[in-house]
Amino acid sequence: MNTRARVLEALSKVHDPELDEPITSLGFVTSCEVSPDGEVEIVLRLPTPQCAPNFAYLMAADARNAVRRLPEVGRIEVRLEDHYTGEEINAAIARGDGFAAAFPGETDDDQLDTLRELFQRKALVARQARLCKALLADGLTPEQVTERRVADLRDDADARRCLELRGQLGIGCDPDSPAFVAPNGEPVAAHELTLWLRKARLVRTSLDVNGSICRSLLQIRSRRGAELEKVGT
Amino acid sequence: MYSHNGDNFFVVDGHLHFWDASPANWVSGQEQYAKGWIECFHAYMGLGPEETHWPIEKFQKYSEDDFVKDVFEDGHVDVGIFQSTYLKEWYSEGFNTLEKNAELVEKYPDRLIANGRWDPREGEAGLRQLEEDAKRYNLQGVKLYTAEWYQGSRGWSLKSPESQRFLEKCQELGIKNIHVHKGPTIWPLDKDAFDVSDVDYVATNFPELNFIVEHVGLPRIEDFCFMATQEPNVYAGLAVVIGGLMHARPRFFAKVMGELLFWVGEDKMLWASDYAIWEPRWQVEGFVDWTSPEDVEFSDYPRLTTDGKKKILGLNAAKLYGIDVPEEFQISDEAGEPAAREDAQLVDSA
Repeated sequence: MNTRARVLEALSKVHDPELDEPITSLGFVTSCEVSPDGEVEIVLRLPTPQCAPNFAYLMAADARNAVRRLPEVGRIEVRLEDHYTGEEINAAIARGDGFAAAFPGETDDDQLDTLRELFQRKALVARQARLCKALLADGLTPEQVTERRVADLRDDADARRCLELRGQLGIGCDPDSPAFVAPNGEPVAAHELTLWLRKARLVRTSLDVNGSICRSLLQIRSRRGAELEKVGT
Repeated sequence: MYSHNGDNFFVVDGHLHFWDASPANWVSGQEQYAKGWIECFHAYMGLGPEETHWPIEKFQKYSEDDFVKDVFEDGHVDVGIFQSTYLKEWYSEGFNTLEKNAELVEKYPDRLIANGRWDPREGEAGLRQLEEDAKRYNLQGVKLYTAEWYQGSRGWSLKSPESQRFLEKCQELGIKNIHVHKGPTIWPLDKDAFDVSDVDYVATNFPELNFIVEHVGLPRIEDFCFMATQEPNVYAGLAVVIGGLMHARPRFFAKVMGELLFWVGEDKMLWASDYAIWEPRWQVEGFVDWTSPEDVEFSDYPRLTTDGKKKILGLNAAKLYGIDVPEEFQISDEAGEPAAREDAQLVDSA
């Protein structure tokens, strides 16, 4: 694997915090260049120039941090293109500054951490909805589902992401921990499962719908961009 | 009105605009925001059927003739409700102000209703203006935009003490329909503009007012739904749901409708075209034709009947605004259980 492939692999671990999908599969990484001496230049483009600056900052900062962990890379430039606050965010990221420093006097980083955590909890609930639905479809009873432990989870992408999110949220994920938890980390009881799943499925729907709108808008944006280039304006 | 297969639908469009976003109306020095705003709207138009897309020049400023044709003649809309949106920091004469909307209302008094607006950051002057507007235009409703910029501030919350004064004033003036934009927005920064907890707070404190959450809190439908189950006076405004999803993402549309029917119920959902982002015609006709997919993923959502569609397309909004609906459009009281599940009431929090 060459350096560029490893950089892309690192970027595929960076999630849009609001959608819980990798920025690579969402099509947000428009370019990734690696020079012979290991300098990396990454360009990100979001579905609209008005996408929320807080989430935009998180993705740009996470991308830089993910790539920085690769020992062979040198200087890293992450650039958010065609975004209203792109200049402010790019400059802050280049300086290694936080979100608050990008917008002096307008925000503080605490709120950003709270926002990220809120979405990690939503993402966890939504991922669990898919795992739980699959078990019920296999014919398990609510009791059997809620008795499942982390060790019983199949090794698939949803389960791995659940455990990653639990780790980030400080929710226990040793093999004997319950497989299904409420957003606050408490285990789900069998009699609560139907309503819990109802709620979890709504969160899943919400994330999926938002992801689909983002994808559509990004497609429209690329198409219009190409049309404008063609007519030379 | 729209007639289809022997069924008559009285159509109330709960959210439409007659805007001017042409370059001549851009505030000097703020051009990039004025341009960006309308281009973002224009991208959303791309989610509708291709034959309904407009070039950006027409989209920036369309004529009264366009409006009348698209909404009344082709669009089946009996009564349209203007949601005035000012954005005066970006548009010199405003994006679509109450004054401008009222000019059209004067020409079509039986077909249009104009809602006003207020902003708690304007203090005493804002309260006086609201009082004047209410008297002059006989306001029944307002549209609130909590993410709007104002003198360096980039948003506000309905929970603020100043907001309580404005809501009290609404109650006093007989303005009972409070439409709150909780949906796709520009520049939320740290102000969490999608957060619906402030609607929750005021819906409890002002039980006599109706709170219509425009765009159902997208991109946080779940927070909206969990909140709406708790508050009898909270309604779902479907602008963007039908326009943005029904054509572009039909399966997701079916899921969102299923969830809204389950959590909020067909008695509290209000259709709106969000014209000129999307034309009403394809939305009304498509929605009347719409059925949820048959497969198992959708099997436990409540089913929407023709009567349910009649409520969503007009009867619910007509009730909130006291619009007289002729007998042939009414549904009988013995129409059976509305689509919504009782256990949706059990939810306490997400």
